[in-house]
Amino acid sequence: MDDGYLQQYVSLFEEFDVIGAFWVNIQLTVYAGILGLVLGTVLATMRISPVPSLRWAGSAYVTVFRNTPLTIIMVFCVLGLWGQLGWTLSPDFTTNFFRFAVVALTVYHAAFFCEALRSGVNTVPIGQAEAARAIGLSFLPAARLVILPQAFRGSVAPLGNVLIALIKNSTVAAAAGVAEAAGLMKTMIEFRPDVILAIFLTFAFGFVVLVVPVGMATTALSRRLAVVR
Amino acid sequence: MRTGRVVTALAAAAMLSLSGCSSSDDDDADSGSTGGASESSGGAQGTVRIGIKFDQPGLGFKDGDEYTGFDVDVARYVANELGYGEDQIEFVQSPSAQRENLLETGQVDMIFATYSITDKRKEVVSFGGPYFVAGQDLLVAADDDSIKGPEDLEGKNLCSVTGSTSAQRIKDEYATGTNLLEQPGYAECVTALTAGSVDAVTTDDIILAGLAAVPANKGKVKVVGNPFSEENYGVGLPKDSDKCEAINTAIKKMIEDGTWDELLADNVGASGYKANTDLNPPKPAACS
Repeated sequence: MDDGYLQQYVSLFEEFDVIGAFWVNIQLTVYAGILGLVLGTVLATMRISPVPSLRWAGSAYVTVFRNTPLTIIMVFCVLGLWGQLGWTLSPDFTTNFFRFAVVALTVYHAAFFCEALRSGVNTVPIGQAEAARAIGLSFLPAARLVILPQAFRGSVAPLGNVLIALIKNSTVAAAAGVAEAAGLMKTMIEFRPDVILAIFLTFAFGFVVLVVPVGMATTALSRRLAVVR
Repeated sequence: MRTGRVVTALAAAAMLSLSGCSSSDDDDADSGSTGGASESSGGAQGTVRIGIKFDQPGLGFKDGDEYTGFDVDVARYVANELGYGEDQIEFVQSPSAQRENLLETGQVDMIFATYSITDKRKEVVSFGGPYFVAGQDLLVAADDDSIKGPEDLEGKNLCSVTGSTSAQRIKDEYATGTNLLEQPGYAECVTALTAGSVDAVTTDDIILAGLAAVPANKGKVKVVGNPFSEENYGVGLPKDSDKCEAINTAIKKMIEDGTWDELLADNVGASGYKANTDLNPPKPAACS
């Protein structure tokens, strides 16, 4: 571990685009996070709706996708939808797999976003729903104007947990052939076994840098936004 | 008072770990056929842990509780020459990215796992051999005659394994106009090839031959047979190992008595693959 080691370590960053790889993970997280939150909100609304078939469909979705390993969904998207069925989401070869990875991350994490949101719904007293009904709001307006705004504020912390899991799960996109951090780490270990430990620590540190601010932000937000009752 | 207590605690912990070590040594000696001698004296006492791939048919493959493949058979032959019987070999899975670590931390004694000898790797581990010279090649559909080499890949979809040397070489030297799909394993690549969504799979020719020889793929895919790189498969050893000379002697013997040809034919011959005879069988390099 002399000066030579440090030089070899620094040369890694000239040889490989580490920041670029992490940037792909951030992009995956942002797209899948937004789409997953939208889908999760729809699912949560279905699960609290007065229509039994919608409730059933919502809970069936959550049960299926929450219990399926993400890697399987990812591989199914690539080898199943693209490989066997020939579906494409983009004419560009690499963008196609990026989008499949976003789809896989979205459908998987939507189940968790839904459940996080439902925990927020449970913090809203039943009297609020009854009051909304009493002034003549039907289910959807009541959900949109009364229940969900309070539910979001009550579920910032669990939603943040899902986001943190999503950041780390974005490495599974390597299974879909997306060139992101985990794939680059494998490449670097293959070519530079002389600094293998430093490579590993670099990527571990990279994820700490990404995850810690999200954790701190959600904790702060959850305090500030919580509805005081 | 306080420091005294800490020292006592440390001493107790040290005693515990020492006694832990010695008792496990006893276990090792017991498992040897005669017992008495310690493992460090070499020879036929104790067991030898050999790192192999578990997921490469034809080279290193775990099939139920059986291990098959060219690497595995070469490992058995070499271990036998070093004085270890069949029941003294313990096979350990060693995926590509973990090979250096397994050797450095002493979790395996040697590695036979399509381990190419490179200068960067020599900085952290030692190599015996080489026992085979492979070359990067292409696997294509059996009825595809349009791809004869890497220069025919223009506009085609190509599959390789994430983080492999083969994928990197394609990116560096042939990537212009080639769509490279990186997958976690070769099996996924072959699935995509037989489904027709990629046109070729690339990695070392012997690995491709092993994949082509799997019953499920037989007749559906073929190795092009135009290798465009040189990969010297060595026996990975810890940096301070004293076994290199003995391993090279064993490899020389294996090549001379015809076992080498036999093992190659048995394991990957079914695909019609012939090793590159200009470079094979190789001469083991001098030990450093």
